[in-house]
Amino acid sequence: MYVAVKGGEQAIANAHRWLADRRRGDRDRPELEVAQIGDQLRLAVDRVMSEASLYDPELAALAFKQASGDLTEAVFLLRAYRTTLPRLAVSEPLDTARMRIERRISATYKDIPGGQILGPTYDYTHRLLDFLQLAGAEVPPAETRDDVTDAEPCPQILELLNDEGLVEQEIDDGREPMDITRDPPDYPMDRAARLQMLARGDEGYLLALGYSTQRGYGRNHPFAGEIRLGQVEVEIHVDEWDETICVGEIALSECQMINQFGGSREAAPQFTRGYGLAFGHNERKTMAMALVDRALRAEELGEPIIGPAQQAEFVLAHADSVDASGFVSHLKLPHYVDFQSELDLLRRLRREHAARQAELDSARDTASPQPKER
Amino acid sequence: MTHTPRGARQRLLALSSRQHIEARWGALGAWLGDFPTHRCVRGPETGMAMLKGRTGGTGNAFHLGEMTLTRASVALDDGTVGHGWVRGRDHRHAELIALADAVAQHAEWQEALETQLLAPLAEELAERQRRDAATAAATRVDFFTLVRGE
Repeated sequence: MYVAVKGGEQAIANAHRWLADRRRGDRDRPELEVAQIGDQLRLAVDRVMSEASLYDPELAALAFKQASGDLTEAVFLLRAYRTTLPRLAVSEPLDTARMRIERRISATYKDIPGGQILGPTYDYTHRLLDFLQLAGAEVPPAETRDDVTDAEPCPQILELLNDEGLVEQEIDDGREPMDITRDPPDYPMDRAARLQMLARGDEGYLLALGYSTQRGYGRNHPFAGEIRLGQVEVEIHVDEWDETICVGEIALSECQMINQFGGSREAAPQFTRGYGLAFGHNERKTMAMALVDRALRAEELGEPIIGPAQQAEFVLAHADSVDASGFVSHLKLPHYVDFQSELDLLRRLRREHAARQAELDSARDTASPQPKER
Repeated sequence: MTHTPRGARQRLLALSSRQHIEARWGALGAWLGDFPTHRCVRGPETGMAMLKGRTGGTGNAFHLGEMTLTRASVALDDGTVGHGWVRGRDHRHAELIALADAVAQHAEWQEALETQLLAPLAEELAERQRRDAATAAATRVDFFTLVRGE
């Protein structure tokens, strides 16, 4: 129970003023610009957009700055802003096969049409602190390969496997997906709704759950079939036009996980799949998402449900950091009356306990005579 | 996705930076002389588009998340209406796209629009995309196999 408590206005105002002062830091140094964050801390920006479920790099950078780098707080800020905007359109499904590739790798095939493109990756770095960055050293611009006149087409690798029927196919049956921002989630949930919830899920949480499947709590033997990062054009349908129109590009990360065989009396064994898709460069998130997506298909694929990552209601109801931090944080709200009633109850229970104890003691005294004194 | 000329124009302008459009728009106005004035009849206004993905890239659609989106509709003095849509929150960008959409409906301005605005922007866009592809290509792995001695 919460009650209105008055009297903190001045303290709150001063606390927020102190917060703003702390955020600004040493006035002898230039203030961090939002554009700098968007430029130089872009992975943080991408994570904020992804978990806030709103693609707008500038606003995500602003949220990150305003939150002093607290990602969960930044996600909350951007998610809250989202509620102030009307929905003007719904896009056509994004066509990741037509992505302008920045990175594209496969751990299942070495030689793939279009090649293995590493892109701007932290993989293969030595994880040694780079003290040159502390000294503010300039870095050379990115290398280019100028014999490239046009990007080579990069077909989806899993489509190549499809030719042999070795991997299950994802075919559009035209079903309209549910939208969890419009209709409250209801369990059991279909895969489209699950993917929407996972796409906005907290990366750390999904990473832990994905990891748990690898350690044996719902093992599904994954391979990173393909990971791709790059720019995808957004097409929307609007009333004034007879065709869908392109309104710009967004950065996306996609992970196609290939997992161990499914099969039945009717269907020959084949690889199954898990899928991850996220805004911006969010490779780890999409890998974790793909692992969890696959784990949540346990029931559909007739697998025993033995791990937490396979339990849809548990996984999905706790994936959203805004929900989670909101409910945990609410413990900081005044619970004075609530706690007072607990205190009263506890005191009464203890009084009753003491009375019962005294009764028991006196009963024992009369039943068994005092030991004789020697 | 193949587009009509109108759709192709909308796409090109949405993928071009507002600064680039603005710079060339000024030049176009000077070139035309009697450039039409316009007023906004809707917006510019910012809202969101819900973006859909596909399960596994090819399967059933699902809702991925939203993005900011801005739209504008303008009317020229003679009543010609044009529409513009662009990702993000740049009102002027959406207005310029709508303006180009309206101007393009006048046969006498089409050639100037094409040569002064659209063709140079298309070149800039192609160059930017070529540079991106060349940068990515520099990180392509060229596998080679070490041949063991007999």
